[in-house]
Amino acid sequence: MSTVEIAAPAKPFGELVFAPRAETEELISGSEAIAHAVRLADVDVITAYPIRPYDTVMQYVSKMIADGDFDCDFIVAESEHSQFEIVKHASAVGARVFAGSSGVGWLYAFEALAVTAGLRLPMVAMVGNRALDDPGAFGVEHNDALAVRDLGWMLCWVSTAQEALDTALIAYRVAEDPRVFLPCAISCDGAFLTHSQSIVKVPSQAMVDSFLPRYDRGDKVLHPDNPVTIAPQVNEDWLMEMRRQSDQAARRARGVLIDAYRDFNAKFGRGGEPFIERYMMDDAEVALVGMGTLSMPVKVAVRKMRAQGKKVGFVRVRWFRPFPTQELQEALAGVHAVGVIDRDFSFGSAFHSGVLANELRSALYPAKHRPRIVSFIAGLGGREVSAANVMDMTKTVFGAAEGAGPDAQDTYWIGARE
Amino acid sequence: MTTGSVEVVYRGIFQKTLAKNICRGIVFAARKQGKVGIAFGRYSDSPERNGIPAKQFAVVADNDEEMEEYLSRYEPDHNDVTIVADDTLCKGLESWAWNGLQPINRLLKPGGTLLVVSTRSPNSLIRDIHRKGAPFNLAVVKGPASFSGMWVYRDDHTDMRLLGALAKVAPHVVTLDSIVAAINEPKKNDLKTASAREAYDLVASTEVGANQGNDEIPFTFAMPGWKEMEECLVVRGRNVRQQVPGWEGGYVPGRNPTFKKFSTRTMRPVLNFDTCTKCTICWMQCPDGSFDVAPDGHYDANMEACCGCGICEDVCPVADCIKMVNEEAFTDHQSQWQMWRKDKQAYAAWRSEKTAAQPVRSHGFHHVGQYAEEIANEHR
Repeated sequence: MSTVEIAAPAKPFGELVFAPRAETEELISGSEAIAHAVRLADVDVITAYPIRPYDTVMQYVSKMIADGDFDCDFIVAESEHSQFEIVKHASAVGARVFAGSSGVGWLYAFEALAVTAGLRLPMVAMVGNRALDDPGAFGVEHNDALAVRDLGWMLCWVSTAQEALDTALIAYRVAEDPRVFLPCAISCDGAFLTHSQSIVKVPSQAMVDSFLPRYDRGDKVLHPDNPVTIAPQVNEDWLMEMRRQSDQAARRARGVLIDAYRDFNAKFGRGGEPFIERYMMDDAEVALVGMGTLSMPVKVAVRKMRAQGKKVGFVRVRWFRPFPTQELQEALAGVHAVGVIDRDFSFGSAFHSGVLANELRSALYPAKHRPRIVSFIAGLGGREVSAANVMDMTKTVFGAAEGAGPDAQDTYWIGARE
Repeated sequence: MTTGSVEVVYRGIFQKTLAKNICRGIVFAARKQGKVGIAFGRYSDSPERNGIPAKQFAVVADNDEEMEEYLSRYEPDHNDVTIVADDTLCKGLESWAWNGLQPINRLLKPGGTLLVVSTRSPNSLIRDIHRKGAPFNLAVVKGPASFSGMWVYRDDHTDMRLLGALAKVAPHVVTLDSIVAAINEPKKNDLKTASAREAYDLVASTEVGANQGNDEIPFTFAMPGWKEMEECLVVRGRNVRQQVPGWEGGYVPGRNPTFKKFSTRTMRPVLNFDTCTKCTICWMQCPDGSFDVAPDGHYDANMEACCGCGICEDVCPVADCIKMVNEEAFTDHQSQWQMWRKDKQAYAAWRSEKTAAQPVRSHGFHHVGQYAEEIANEHR
């Protein structure tokens, strides 16, 4: 197998050739957008087990099948563990697969999730982000999807239903690329994305077919005509080389992703920059960083503060794995301080910060210019993050930019009652 | 600094308790001398498989700092003594935990001692032991290999005799007084003490010169790097109908070229092709698929694949067609069918010689009541 790295594109992502398009507009939720992507990707095997908020996807998929709009093997498993085991094996025999879950349902499948990445099976999954029970809670937190961050899963967060649909198509193309062969999870914030409808452009089958090739497992396919065994028992003298191969695949994913976004932009006329979205960053003195739908109140707050003459910008991290180290170093090179808003927690971690904040600190440590980083924990359990919250946070970030406070590197909880 | 390490090479299941007892005995004896000691099995071994070569280690040091050199390791780089609990292991060993055939003296320090339980002469053992670039000593504790089961232990004092002999060949590791003190704690045991003392008195050492012994080059293979290994944890199936050079018809099943398993064997089947009815039962019942199909329809036990379990002998419906013979009678893996085809009379003579006068060997539990019979025979 080739180990050639794909060079980053020379052209910026704005200069694009628009292909003729045949799209319909539909008023659908993020979950239904994922279901449309699954239909357009002509997925072969889908497994389901209900848990809110992911279960809306299985409802939409089963309706499409019942309506005769979609044909696939749709298996309702008896648990998430079986749900993900079934698609794991289906992927090994060469089927394009889809599954999804939320919160502790995703964690109940953890054994299958770890092995799926280890076996380099290009499963695409949707995580309807949900707080981890107990206590029973179904609002959004990102800790569920983040649990697999070290295993080889590609992870992304989307902020609109349109982006959910588009990213799912990109996910299949990147995951199933033989240079990658890694699973990919698309995170959709519970409620704000999974249960809220907006106008979405649904592309035609022909457009999708021109972008997404068939899944071809090649000579790795598990089939009687191709006698192979996969996942033998090994000892310490073999496993490290296998892990190194996965590491290399995760490194190659970056180039394949860039290539896929370039092609998606050319064919669909949208898609934007891979990895991150930059909002009013050009002359920003401080920046906010976050993932998922909290980008909405952040953008509102940024516009309000800009109107007051405050030079603040926002970077939305779209892909958490592979982590956009270079893009973030470059995007944040000119700012004095960064406020990272985590919709997750990492109790007992460095500075008691969120997962994204600590990852960003690590990414910026070798940078020439190291801005101060302030960590905010906000919106846990689906609590709303308001524009006013964001403006309060930004005040703290400006303070840090001026060197204020001995605890400027510390972590602030936003909106928690004292 | 008087740090010393002892390696016990044993056969899985049959000698696991024996190996454990030896290593624990060394550590307890070391404590009597005011030293520290540790005992551990080679982690990646899978000793719950009948007869598979496996290892345990005991390390003795003056203090905890000296011991650290041996901690967080799977095996020491060099050992003062390698105890060989079964003399058929002298041909080398391929365990579940590593790759290729390892000479029995591979981890022995120059000048160290290979301490073997055997009824054979040192010269006969040297024939099997791979050459080493440095001289070492060969000491023999006279007796048959002591085999037990998973849940039962044959308390025939092989452990006590090895501990006594160890004190003789490596007094810097552990002394006879400390061994005896450890044996008698918590309960005094004159019989065990006598066994240890007797072995101490009787054990004799022979020096084996550099490059003396078996000149076979043990099979090895290169470990592939991550760039060469197949991705996605895929292992290719092997062609089950590969053509055999010189054979027209017949076939050899595809087999793992990196794990051959034959060093698990303590006995091998000797076949009588003149009485064989080609009934296929040995071929079908062999749990390791170790029978090759000869062009004339005979079944030839492949000595690179056979683990020596003896099931073929058990299931063969023809009297004396398949006979299990102590592995010490053989020095190669050559095809019996090829020998027979080349010269039937010479093969018949070879076969009678091999099956006639070999010391009885078994895994100890061939039939109900065997253990009692053997004990009775030993006392006779």
